Amino acid sequence: MRLLPSGSAALLVELADLDAVLALYAALTDRPPAGVVDVVPAARTVLLVTDPAVTTLAAVAAVVRTTVPRPGTPAGAEVVQLPVRYDGADLAELAGLLRLTPGELVRRHTAREWTVAFCGFAPGFGYLTQPGGDWDVPRRATPRTRVPPGSVALAGEFSGVYPRQSPGGWQLIGRTDVAVFAVDREPAALLRPGTRIRFTEVTG
Amino acid sequence: MTCAGLTVLATGPLTTVQDRGRPGQAALGVGRSGAADRAAAALANRLVGNPPDAAVLEVTFGGLVVRADRDLLVVTTGARCAGSPAHNAPAALAAGAELRLGVPASGLRTYLAVRGGIDVPPVLGSRSTDVLAGLGPAVVAAGDVLPVGASPLPLPGVDLAAVAEPPAGEVTVPVLLGPRADWFDVGAWPALTGTAYTVTSESNRVGLRLAGEALTRLRTGELPSEGMVRGALQVPPSGTPVLFLADHPVTGGYPVIGYVADPDVDRCAQLRPGQSLRFRAGGRPGR
Repeated sequence: MRLLPSGSAALLVELADLDAVLALYAALTDRPPAGVVDVVPAARTVLLVTDPAVTTLAAVAAVVRTTVPRPGTPAGAEVVQLPVRYDGADLAELAGLLRLTPGELVRRHTAREWTVAFCGFAPGFGYLTQPGGDWDVPRRATPRTRVPPGSVALAGEFSGVYPRQSPGGWQLIGRTDVAVFAVDREPAALLRPGTRIRFTEVTG
Repeated sequence: MTCAGLTVLATGPLTTVQDRGRPGQAALGVGRSGAADRAAAALANRLVGNPPDAAVLEVTFGGLVVRADRDLLVVTTGARCAGSPAHNAPAALAAGAELRLGVPASGLRTYLAVRGGIDVPPVLGSRSTDVLAGLGPAVVAAGDVLPVGASPLPLPGVDLAAVAEPPAGEVTVPVLLGPRADWFDVGAWPALTGTAYTVTSESNRVGLRLAGEALTRLRTGELPSEGMVRGALQVPPSGTPVLFLADHPVTGGYPVIGYVADPDVDRCAQLRPGQSLRFRAGGRPGR
């Protein structure tokens, strides 16, 4: 664990890998240090944003150093079912690239549960990982300027669902009708760090 | 209690509703947003006896014209606009009267607070418009009728707040080493802290895009995206830094060479395109 400076009000904790991020994030959300207003997990880091009126970076650093990471997903994490029509524009080409048939790719995507590792890019966009999934998907050489909302996509070790129309460079494999982000719903974000997801195939 | 309050007749280049933003939701990909110059917005609320979380109007480069639909108490703070009778000094705006903000003499962002607060419906707990995420109230437009609430607090009894005007010339702010300073060539930090940068017209609430000496990276390859806060000096492949302001992305994949300390970001949010900005090494580290 490395503690890196991130300005006068935040601390960036760099960790060995995503599993270590998830374990530290789980422990920090179980018992949030006093004066920390945001805990932001990412691929290799956890950012702690503090309220300087309440705490100091030194105090927060001391708490982080003595926090015992808790591996695994948060207790009682819900499982969200996402029905997907696997007709994405990149499905066939990506399957070929991965030396799979489109059907095999879909089976790999639906066979095991995914977990939201962290969010970013847009409100409600979750970076999902599939333990044991072993995905290594290249991004598109040229990002699309418009990815339709609900698009289910792959990039690197991650899968994701585009909450709304946006630019994007991930490989599109399908589409879901479930709104993963809606400001008038409580909670607005369906995919929060720790949430488990099961993709199911919808045909016809 | 909410009633009609202000009718918008003109907005200037950009007017948005802002409050203290949406802290606590960054893990969901929802950034904080909020007033770009937090201190000026907070002062405006204090002067009209509003709670600190009341919403104000953030006016970019003047041009806002509003009409009071009932007797109101208003104040402007931040960039002093020609024609504001209420700058840093709360004043009555009688029913039917207009407030016309001209171009500011210096600075970029003016905050208009109305006693009772701009009472548009909150989105995810805040009335701030996040221009990057597309969250919050729509950008203010001519013809809008903005509701004004009621303040539970007494008036502070302050006639005039003596605060410095945003400077018109070169501004120097302290900069702290960022988390990825070691991704850069040995010449990068001296270049950042030894030369002047110019604020470009590509700047907005997301960040100040700066022109000046390019900062050379030592390490190539991709940085896995990591969390950012305002004040970050992120360096995209062009080598010229972007100083993140209120609507910065929650995470970013370009290395951050340095950070402007949080209180100094307010001053940077008042810089106009063409203004010169210098970074001085050191400054106040986090305690």
